[in-house]
Amino acid sequence: MAMPRQSTPLAWLRANLFSSPLNTLLTLLGLWLLWLVVPPLLQWAWLAADFVGTSRADCRSGGACWVFVREHLPQFLYGFYPAGERWRVNLGIGLLLVLALPLLVPRLRQFRRGWVLALLAYPFVAGWLFYGGLGLPVVPTARWGGLFLTLVIAGSGMAAALPLGILLALGRRSELPVVRAVCTVFIELWRGVPLITVLFMASVMLPLFMPAGVSLDKLLRALIGVAMFAGAYMAEVIRGGLQGVPAGQVEAARALGLSYWQQMRLVVLPQALTMVIPGIVNVFIALFKDTSLVLIIGLFDLLGIVQAAVTSPDWLGFTREGYLFAAAVFWVICYGMSRISRRLERRLDTTADRQQEMA
Amino acid sequence: MTEPAAVFEHVDKWFGQLHVLQDINLSVGRGERIVICGPFGSGKSTLIRCLNGLEPHQRGRIVVNGIELTDDRRAVDRIRRQVGMVFQQFNLFPHLTVLENCTLAPMAVRKLPRAEAEQLAMDYLARVRIPDKAHSYPGQLSGGQQQRVAIARALCMQPEIMLFDEPTSALDPEMIKEVLDVMVELAGSGMTMLCVTHEMGFAREVADRIVFMDGGRIVEDTATAAFFEAPQTERARQFLGQILAH
Repeated sequence: MAMPRQSTPLAWLRANLFSSPLNTLLTLLGLWLLWLVVPPLLQWAWLAADFVGTSRADCRSGGACWVFVREHLPQFLYGFYPAGERWRVNLGIGLLLVLALPLLVPRLRQFRRGWVLALLAYPFVAGWLFYGGLGLPVVPTARWGGLFLTLVIAGSGMAAALPLGILLALGRRSELPVVRAVCTVFIELWRGVPLITVLFMASVMLPLFMPAGVSLDKLLRALIGVAMFAGAYMAEVIRGGLQGVPAGQVEAARALGLSYWQQMRLVVLPQALTMVIPGIVNVFIALFKDTSLVLIIGLFDLLGIVQAAVTSPDWLGFTREGYLFAAAVFWVICYGMSRISRRLERRLDTTADRQQEMA
Repeated sequence: MTEPAAVFEHVDKWFGQLHVLQDINLSVGRGERIVICGPFGSGKSTLIRCLNGLEPHQRGRIVVNGIELTDDRRAVDRIRRQVGMVFQQFNLFPHLTVLENCTLAPMAVRKLPRAEAEQLAMDYLARVRIPDKAHSYPGQLSGGQQQRVAIARALCMQPEIMLFDEPTSALDPEMIKEVLDVMVELAGSGMTMLCVTHEMGFAREVADRIVFMDGGRIVEDTATAAFFEAPQTERARQFLGQILAH
């Protein structure tokens, strides 16, 4: 496995791609497949594509017509959110990005307490910005859509799933039989049901059980369903992390006189959560992609609204462009989450070789 | 004579069917240094783990500093504040720096302000001769250094009694001495200490009494010199013969 360090490109090629007859064959096969796929794709998506114009009449070169995406971009991003109020969405998302900064910049750690408070306040601020009231015109949730709706569902799902998962995981390991039973049943129930079923239940069944005159917003019901579902998955991921913390850690914390919640908050959870960052992000990514299922209860997330656009009469026939765009947006966001998780993992690693990595 | 630091009265403990502590009677005077020894599985670790409630006992009374150890959470909490413990595997918190390991409990349990807790921690880190590592993580320290930090961490709660559960058993031979030196110094300061250890040199140097256990019972409880010169039981003679042979 000796890797030539900083050698010539030729030596690198020989060592990595042509080291044996079989490897040479595989390399050639790979190149051939790339040659089959990439040039036509490039031709279609870029070289022969249309970028300028305002209507389908401008799509004439036979390649992809990105005019379609450009024309629909506001709709893809905001759904039917009134154009004059879209700044509220931008502001809300922008605030979230600012709040995410401390995850990436370790030096901001000293403002930890303020940061936690801001995180706790954010859902209320965002809810007010997005929905309105108190001086802002109300935008009913039926008009929310596109990437904005995807972010709302996924974001609130993640924000709720993490604490819910932590509590459920702790509960499932509790010494109190009742707590343990309740948490186990909850987890197994929600995990054993497909998300589609959860969403159907939330939109169709739940209203039947509500007292007359009381109606929960359709989006809110979906949000609750998604949060419960993701929380059950999250609980099992976190439980895995809890099991990975050596028993000696709890013993040391107990011997120091820490209460149960102090033991969990200060000693066990920081270690358990760090251990399962990949698993947590896995749930987040799955959740983010699963939000597209809300289409079936009549909410138009990014994918839903793209689908509506490609089937609209005046833009028929731009399916490929629409889906490719949706896929690209999903991929960029999911890959971004994956990168952030890798970065967090490296930063929270306190073992000896950390110094080397940082150097 | 003031009240003893800790008392065991007819204590019994079972792990399932296994009777691991049998009719334990032991009184620990203030400032007394006791070494508990015995063969593997004799119940010596379990004995000191019962003293701060890490293991529950099923029968008998354990009284620490006048507080009886019961199921009452508050009694357990009060006892744990007065009893420090050092483990075989150190059990430092790997996600916290050395300093944070030492300030965690004083801030969370005793509610000391950070500055005061850090001052206290630095004092004890200096006493275990490792103040320069305050901002390192445990994973970056040697075993001996980690164990000294663990001792400092326990001392930061300013306990009345210190328990040592085989503190040198997981260490490489060349690191044992640095830990024992710290323990000898601590013994010299008048701390009440219960040490489970196989380090007979240490026992001979600092212990006032040796408690010898076998099969869950206290077989012998005698002054140090008498124990080493003339053990009363055949079992203790055998044990000493084996452990001092090499």
